[in-house]
Amino acid sequence: MNVTTEVEDLLRALAPQVLGVLVRRNGGFDTCEDAVQEALLAAAQQWPAEGVPANPTGWLITVAQRRLTEVWRSEAARRRREEAVFAADVDDAEVSTEDDTLTLLTMCCHPSLTRGSQVALTLRAVGGLTTGEIARALLVPESTVGQRISRAKAKIKAAGATFAPPPADEHDARVTAVLSVLYLIFNEGHTTSSGQALNRVELTGEAIRLTRQLRRRMPEDGEVAGLLALMLLTDARRPARTRPDGTLVPLAEQDRTRWDRAAIAEGTELITHALATATIGPYQLQAAIAAVHDEAAGPEDTDWTQILGLYELLTAAAPGPMVTLNRIVAVAMVRGPATALSELDRAEPTLGGHYRVDAVRAHLLDLAGDHEAARVHYEKAARRTLSLPEQQYLTACARSLP
Amino acid sequence: MRYLILIHSNPRSRALWETLTDEQRMEFGRGHMALGEEMDASGERVVSHGLTDPGLAKRVWVQDGETVTSDGPFAEVKEYLAGFYLVDCETEEQALAWAAKTPDAQLGGPVEVRPILDMSTLDL
Repeated sequence: MNVTTEVEDLLRALAPQVLGVLVRRNGGFDTCEDAVQEALLAAAQQWPAEGVPANPTGWLITVAQRRLTEVWRSEAARRRREEAVFAADVDDAEVSTEDDTLTLLTMCCHPSLTRGSQVALTLRAVGGLTTGEIARALLVPESTVGQRISRAKAKIKAAGATFAPPPADEHDARVTAVLSVLYLIFNEGHTTSSGQALNRVELTGEAIRLTRQLRRRMPEDGEVAGLLALMLLTDARRPARTRPDGTLVPLAEQDRTRWDRAAIAEGTELITHALATATIGPYQLQAAIAAVHDEAAGPEDTDWTQILGLYELLTAAAPGPMVTLNRIVAVAMVRGPATALSELDRAEPTLGGHYRVDAVRAHLLDLAGDHEAARVHYEKAARRTLSLPEQQYLTACARSLP
Repeated sequence: MRYLILIHSNPRSRALWETLTDEQRMEFGRGHMALGEEMDASGERVVSHGLTDPGLAKRVWVQDGETVTSDGPFAEVKEYLAGFYLVDCETEEQALAWAAKTPDAQLGGPVEVRPILDMSTLDL
């Protein structure tokens, strides 16, 4: 790891702590966030050349506070307040990492914001990424990300949000929003991990890092543990899920020796503990399904009965078209493709013309040995997908039929 | 989710354009400017451009490793692409709403919305 990377990792870890101190001291999340961003940029330029200061957190707080003060200088009405604050030294007691991270996360995932804004703001304020890095990671122009962030901050301000943990009656809903934003960030990285340009911030790693931080704050929460486990168990397969040319390798055909065993062990331990101790929830169930897949030595060793049972629970806990379709695939593996096809016929009216209905139908027909009908549905699914790797995969399936 | 809003030009829309007064044409241009600003304010515009006349189009193909270019035949094509907006929206409904706001759609012109093919994959 080179010096620049080390400095960047350190800055990302310190960003939420510094922002937490500043906001608690001064109020005004929006201006503080800008000041912290400038301090991070200054550090990213200076530290690799001049060395990391003895107290990096203190350095960042001082620089960000100075920047904030410069902003205030132009606002005469705030002068007195500025002097009182600037006189204050950095006090270690001010830096309370974990609490600030949770408060910042719930603030960035404020219900008044769109998902896109929540993602951008979380990556910047909690992840410590620059606007440019976020833009490259999300494949949108920097000005678009800048716009989303400033709009998000204005909305948070207008909503009158204060820098404090969410009220008790909103706590669960806010944490649920945070989890879904973290999962969205993970998926954004997971789904675009192949064939991407250099210097792209690695969003999967970033999502895992942020979820770890959240888990340190809420170690007893089963869904936080479940999400972290789900990410680890999914990301473990990454080395095997694409070919060098970027095409997709389906789970059944992946070279399992290339799976990340350490990530699987950590994820499995997390989910086993969560299921035994916490209230069950959708992330835990999805992680448990991923764990069953990951622990099978080969596709033929997969415990489909257990997977089907978990999908039954997931159907009750968090129903949706993807859950219905994945459950039907599990039905085919346990009770045979004919049963699964008749279940698909019954479910189809509720699936809203989801393109994956055709992909699943093709797969079931393929299993049932009806290759001609399977080809028709693979081709139809390929035309209707929104994803390039999936289109290539479905077209290849249609072609490889006897 | 990204969508390309394609603004087409066809004989009907061109005939309609001919009937507009200078003031109405100015209004049309201002409408595009305002739409772009509104998209920026929402953080949803990725990029947008109007295209030059199809008479300026070149056709490019490669023959035996040699690049060959020629004019047209696009100049004679009746319906062609006149401009586009690439937007990044939460939902398809939002992209359709932007398309409906284009001055072209407001005048009854042909506007098309296509989802962008992305790199997402699901473990199969």
